[in-house]
This record gives sequence, structure tokens and C-alpha cells, in this order.
Amino acid sequence: MNERLTIKRYTIGFILSVLLTVTACLLIFIHDQSGHVIFTHPFLRVSVVVLALAQFIVQLIFFLHLGSERGPRFKLAAFASTIGIVLIVIIGSIWIMNHLNYNMMSSTQQMNAYIQSQDGL
Amino acid sequence: MAHFLFGNLTWGSLPHLWYTEGATASIALMGIAAAAALTYYKRWTWLWKEWLTSTDPKKIGVMYIVLASLMFFRGGLDAIMIWIQQAMSSGASHGYLDASHLQQIFTAHGDIMVFFATMGFLFGLINLIVPLQIGARDLAFPFLNSLGFWLYAAGAVFINLFFVVGGEFASAGWLSLPPLAELQYSPGTGVDYWIWSLQISGLGTLLGGLNFVVTILKMRVKGMTLMKMPLFTWTSLCSMVLVIASFPVLTATTLLLWLDRFFGMHFFTSGFGGNPMMYVNLIWMWGHPEVYILVIPSFGIFSEIVATFSGKRIYGYVSMVCAAISITLLSFLVWLHHFFTMGSGADVNAFFGIMTGIIAIPTGVQMFNWVMTMFRGRIRFTTPMHYFLGFVSLFTFGGMAGVLLSIPGADFELHNSLFLVAHFHTMIVSGGLFGIFAGIVYWFPKVTGFKLNERLGIRAFWLWLAGFFLSFTPLYILGFMGATRRLDHYAVTAGYQPYFIAAAIGICLIALGAITQLWQVVVSTKERKQNQDTTGDPWDGRTLEWSTHSPVPFYSFAVTPEVHSRDAFWETKIGRKELPPPGISLSRREAIPPSTKKYEDIEMSANTAMGIYLSAFVFLFGFAAVWHIIWLMLAGVIGAIACVIVRSFDEHTEYTLTAAEVEKIEMARKLP
Amino acid sequence: MKEEIADDKSIFGFWVYLMTDLILFSVLFGAYAVLRGNTFGGPAPRDLFSLSSALTSTLVLLTSSFTCGLAAIAAQRGKRNGTIAWLTATFALGATFLTLELAEFSRFVATGASWQRSAFLSSFFTLVGTHGLHIAVGLLWIVVAVIQVRLRGLTPATTSKLTRFTLFWHFLDIVWIFIFTTVYLLGII
Repeated sequence: MNERLTIKRYTIGFILSVLLTVTACLLIFIHDQSGHVIFTHPFLRVSVVVLALAQFIVQLIFFLHLGSERGPRFKLAAFASTIGIVLIVIIGSIWIMNHLNYNMMSSTQQMNAYIQSQDGL
Repeated sequence: MAHFLFGNLTWGSLPHLWYTEGATASIALMGIAAAAALTYYKRWTWLWKEWLTSTDPKKIGVMYIVLASLMFFRGGLDAIMIWIQQAMSSGASHGYLDASHLQQIFTAHGDIMVFFATMGFLFGLINLIVPLQIGARDLAFPFLNSLGFWLYAAGAVFINLFFVVGGEFASAGWLSLPPLAELQYSPGTGVDYWIWSLQISGLGTLLGGLNFVVTILKMRVKGMTLMKMPLFTWTSLCSMVLVIASFPVLTATTLLLWLDRFFGMHFFTSGFGGNPMMYVNLIWMWGHPEVYILVIPSFGIFSEIVATFSGKRIYGYVSMVCAAISITLLSFLVWLHHFFTMGSGADVNAFFGIMTGIIAIPTGVQMFNWVMTMFRGRIRFTTPMHYFLGFVSLFTFGGMAGVLLSIPGADFELHNSLFLVAHFHTMIVSGGLFGIFAGIVYWFPKVTGFKLNERLGIRAFWLWLAGFFLSFTPLYILGFMGATRRLDHYAVTAGYQPYFIAAAIGICLIALGAITQLWQVVVSTKERKQNQDTTGDPWDGRTLEWSTHSPVPFYSFAVTPEVHSRDAFWETKIGRKELPPPGISLSRREAIPPSTKKYEDIEMSANTAMGIYLSAFVFLFGFAAVWHIIWLMLAGVIGAIACVIVRSFDEHTEYTLTAAEVEKIEMARKLP
Repeated sequence: MKEEIADDKSIFGFWVYLMTDLILFSVLFGAYAVLRGNTFGGPAPRDLFSLSSALTSTLVLLTSSFTCGLAAIAAQRGKRNGTIAWLTATFALGATFLTLELAEFSRFVATGASWQRSAFLSSFFTLVGTHGLHIAVGLLWIVVAVIQVRLRGLTPATTSKLTRFTLFWHFLDIVWIFIFTTVYLLGII
């Protein structure tokens, strides 16, 4: 393996990651400084998540060398399956719990209010 | 000072109830008997060197099966106690168990049967057979194999430990649902014992699953592509993929419950913002794949058995593989059907109901393929075939009950009723256990060198089948009548008692069946010379494990096999160029040994005690966590880490078996 | 050749373990996502998190991931001293990250925002704390790895272990991207 290329890869990955991180923070900082008028909250949330996903892919390729496997691509397959499961776990839980909380009168608000009134918290 | 040293342990933690004293006495007696036998026959060193510190999957597999059998009998005892209580406890009588004791029993029954009996049997069979089927001499990570077994063993000891210290087990059901399982409503040590026995054995299971997946993907012999693997290997791969995908969820969820109990956190408490429904969601996200983990390998076992005893190759190999894979994938998309009634609403319920209905289809495909394999075959009705036929009838029946339950509207009536209990027991007993029993009988000669007594085997099967029908058909009916699960007492007017009594008679038949199986092993061992397997291929098998000697030598294969097609062993029999010599009928095929045997040096994994020491430290940590003995918790962690570090410095984990030594052993076998 | 096969197996096996760890983290993320609104009248994310401290920790960890990569390259080249140097740098940065995190935790606890206060705080401390525990294990691993490289040099065995360590360390930084974004950034917005 060409070593210089590898150091180059790591350096590119590092710089890209720093840029993506700082950009996300900058967006929030500017938004704060401007008195919360310059961006909308949904726009901020989406941008920050998109920047995170971009950095995720950058680190996968430049640090973890994903996709460079010789022979049957078991590592890639394992990784893709894991991402699938992660999405099922997180999105599934959010979807189900949102429905449950709504239908079951979200324990938090109601119970919070009740407990606070009862126990003087 | 005493509190610092002993945490919450007090004199009162020692046994003082009839069942804790009884159990402690039995455990002590069994231990003393075992120690006495080992001393009398001077077998301590033999036990340590040949078995306990071995990294050989064939030895580890046997240890798994022995321990799983012990746990199976403990779980069975729990079942008998439940049945008798429920048959008695009507009207004026409240049975012989008080409510809290019954709750502990059905909790323990579920956990022991799922985690320690069934998973133990499966890990045993996979260890014994899969490496042989793929032409590998060992697993990918032999040390992890030993460690995984000892963690499982530590978990098994742990789940029985409350008898000796603590006096109570968890009583919140086999999944310990909050808020009942939280500290506020379960202030004793029972739930903590539950948490740590599952965490410890769960870690072992995860390591085992990882090991099997890497082995199957990376250590197949040359020529064996994925689509040439035997179906037991395929289903083991699918099941182990499910293990590594789902067990982290169990670990994380029980960890969160422990954090609630130990550190006063609020994930699932009924206050401070906790959400108990989240626990139900997460635990079933693990729980559903788990039940498929239990049955998928059995599908593979049955595929091997049906093909062998029909004298035909399996019908529809590709569709069998696709079915196994699709069941694996789908099992991650159905978990909500365990809590349709918790209130997520019609949209969510509909999605999961439909997905649950769909998952029945691949299983149907498999059934069809098995039956088509038998069609026009020359069938031998051996004990394993009996178990297969029992499975076909029972699993279909229970499966249809499952499809009924998959309809949310119907489930609203039947959730947590005895109909549900009957359904899942039908699936696990006919799908999981019958497959395991069939596999054990089928592969017994390979492991021990002699066959099991056929007559007793068939008798045991019929006792199991009749017993199962008698125990669980009443439960289906009781479910429709409105009986819920985990009933401690019911009114006479409910009309349940006759059914419970019939069910209790059924469990007695099952118990007789289990005793017959034990008797079968004893008798077969006594008459092993008559049933010896001299060829290594007692059933005219099709897959590579039958090409080895019986019992399998410690290096498994003297020469690594070459594979060109599916049913790799069968091809060596059919592909013979010359006809058999006169006097030998064509129906008794024997494999031609390869004409030139080239022995090579073999790298073998050395024995190690580190798995035992590591598991001991983990066990100590768990015990200390249950009793809040902080210094001991730290000692356990430090000890475990130290073991890992010491092991990482070990450079002598392998030794070489030279070609000359292999040749010597092989030649010695030829001598009379 | 035999070592290459063994190395390939070990690395794949370790990769599979990392995948299971990812699933464990996903449960913690899921719990955080569901419970982060449940502050039970206590402090909310906006009351607690500071953009500057989150950014500092993130950049420290990111740099340590970079130095870890450089250590891996040095090991590949057979440069023993270079490897140990870059590993030491990684340790220093990782230890800094952990110190900053522990400082943040003590600040929270001092103001009454402990893990016992609400479900939100329980899930915060567990998610971030589990990541921190992994970092601590990584730091211990560096110490053992450096000792082994010192004693035995860069053999196939020690190099293989270093490869696995770099996978582990990179993976932890990747998990941190998501913690940084979903916990801190989305919490502050």
C-alpha cells in the first residue's frame, strides 16, 4: 500500500471532518448571535443532521476504509445490515413510542403535573 | 464496617424457606456426589485437562449439552410445579404454593428454558456439528468459544444462586417488566439476580454467536461456497446472525433496568419522566428475534434428517436458503405483535399485524419442501423421523394459532391468555425441542461412537407427543374460555378445573418421556458394544461430518476434505468409478477413501484455563452487584480486565500436530 | 500467508463485535430520543449544554482519531518509535477528552442535574457515559499496546492488535459525531 497516499487520505479525512464540525457549530452560533432570526429551527436541525451524516460518510471512507475489502465483501454487508437494524431500532422506537404516548395520554405531562401537585415538588 | 464488607448481605439471606433449604440441600448433595465420584475414580486431572480447559468445539459442545440437560430438568420441575398448582387451585383450595412463590416459579421456568436449556442445547449442537459440516477443524476463535461456555455456565449457576443466598427470585415474569420490576415494587434481590444471570450468560451467547458467524463465513473448506453449505450450517448462520443483531438490545435494555435499580435512574420508573412502555418496546425488539433464534436451527436439523432418511437430496435447496434468510430478516419487523394491546393504535398495529402474517409464508415453503423431499423417497422411520413428523403436525397447528394471534383484533381477546401460552409452547417444543431431540439422536453416534437404543427412543417420542397434546390442547380451549396466563387461583364457576387436570396428566406423560430419554442414554451406554458405529457413517449420510471417524478424533479431519457440490459427502459415494465388489448390495453405499492421503501439519489450539478465571471474576462482579458490595464489584472488574490483559500477552496459544503424528494415529485405527 | 489468514479472521471478527456495539449504542440513542423531552420540571438540554465546550471536546477527539490513524501507518511501515509516539499523542488527547467530559458531568451534578433528577438526565448520562467508558477502555488498551510494542516490537501479532485498536478508536469517534449532533447541537438549537 502506498504510504504517502494513506497519510494523504487521513489528512483529507481529518480536515473535512473538522470543517464539517465547525460549520455545524458556526450555523448555530450565527443563529444565536442574530437573535434567532436568521434561520428557522427546522432548517437548522436538518442542516446539522445532514452535516453529521456527511462527516459520518467521510470518516467511514477515509478513516475506516470501508469498501476497500478484497474478496467477498463481508465487512460491508455486516455494516449495511447493522445500519438497517440501527434504523429499525431508533425509528421504530420513536414511531411506536410517539403513538403510545399519544394514545396513553403521555405519562409524562399528566403524571408530572399530578405528582408535582401531590408532592409539592 | 460490616455494611462495607458485606453490602446488603445478612444472616437472613441464607436459606430459611422449605424450597430454598430443599434446593440448597439438593445442590450440595449433587456437588458432594460428583466430587466423591471424581475422587474415587481419580479423574480430577482428567476432567481439568480433557474437558474443562479444552478449546475443542467437540468437547465444548458436549459440555453445553450436559449443562443444558441439567437446566432442562430444573425448568421441567418448575413446569410440573406450575401444572399441579393450577390443577389444584380452584374454589376453596389455593393449591400448595402461595402466590409470590408461584410467580417466582413461572418466571424462572421461562428464563431457564429459553436461555439455559434451549440455547445451551443449540450452542452444543452447533459447536459439535457445524465445523465438521464445513470442513473446519475448529472455530474462528477457540479461546472465545471456551470463554463463551464458561460465561454461560456462570449464568446458569447464577440463576440458581438465589436458593443459597437471597431466598427469592424475580417474580415479574420471564422478562421482568417494569414498573413491577423496579426497585419500588420489587425491593428484594430477585430481579437483580435475574438481570445479572441474563447479562452474564448473554455475554457468552453474544461471543458464541460472533464466533459461529465468523467461522461459517471465513473457514469453509476450499470448494464449499455459501450455496453448497449443508442446510444445518445455513440455518445456524441465520440464527447466529440474529444472535449478534439482537443480543446487544437485550444487554442494553437490562442494563438500563439495572441502572434504574442500582443508581436510581428513571428510564422505566413510573415517575420522574420514566416510561415503562419503552422497556416493553425494547425488550421485545430482542425477544422476537430470540424466539426465531430458538427454532431456525431446528429447521436445518430437520432438513438434514429428512434428506438422509428419505434417501434423497433436499427438495428446493435454494428456496430453503431463501426461506431461512427471509425469516431472519422479517423477524426484525414484527416485534410489536407482543404488545398489540399496549395502545399504539390502529396504524402501528396494522403494520405489525401484516408483517407477522407474512412471516408465516417462508415457514410454509419449508414445510412443503420437506414433504416433497419425502415424496417417492425410501423412507426409514427412525427416531429422528418420528420427531420430524411430530413437528410437522404440531408446528403447523401452533403456527395457525399464531396467524390467528397476528390479527390485532383477535389478539385483543387472546393476549396473555392461555391460548397464547399454548401457542408459543407449541412452537418452541415442536419447533425447538423436537429438532434438538432429533438432532441429538441423529448425531449421537458421531459424537460418542455408538447409536442410541431405537426402541426406547421411539417410546420416548410417543410419550412426548401424547403428553404434549394432552397438556396443551386444554390450554388452547381454556384461552378461548377466558383464562389468563399465570393464574394462581380461579373460581369454581369458571369451569377451568377439568381442563387443568387433563393438562396436569399430560405433563406427567411428558415427564415420563423425559425420564425415558434419560433411561435411553443409560441403557445405550450399557449396550454400546452392540450399537457401535464402526464406519463413521451409520445412517448413510450426505454431509461432511459423516466422513470422519466416530467418535471424531481431536483433529477432526486427518486430511482436509475437498468439496465440489452440495451434499459433499454423498458425492464421494456416488462419484465412484467402479461398481462395488460382488456380495455388497448397492443400498449399502460406502465412501471410497481417497487413494492418496497426504497428511500435513495441523495447527491446534491449546487448552486454557483463562476462560474459567475470567468467568469467575465476572460472576463475582454480578454477585457483588446484586448485594451492593462495592469493593467486590471493583475487584471483579479489575480481575476480569487483568485476565484479558494477561491473555493478550500469551504467545503459546497454539501447538503443532505434525503430519507424522497424524499418520501414526490414523494407522493405529486400522489395527484390530 | 497463514498469518494473513489469521489476521483477516481476527479483524473481521473484531469488526462484527463493533457492529454489535453499534446496535447497543442505537438502543441508548433510541432511549435518549424517546425520553429527552421528559425533564420532569428539571433542567432541559438548553439549560445545560454549552456550544463551546461541546466543540472543544469534539475537536480533541477528532484529532485523537487522526493521530491514531498516523500510529497505524507508522506500524504498517515498521516504525516502532513513530508508532509509540503517535499512540502516546492519541492517549493524551483521549485523556483530555475524558477529563473535559468528567468535568462537565461534575458541573451538572453540582447544580442538581444528576442522573436521578429525570428520565432525560438518566438517558443523557447513560448515553454519553457509556461512550466515555468505551474511551476509558481504549486508553487502557493504548497502555497495554505500547508495552507490548516496546517489549516485542512490531510483530504480525502486535500489528494485528493495533489494527483492531484503530478500528475501535475510529468507531468511537464516529459514535461521538452522532452524540455531538443529536445530544448537544440539537439540544442547543
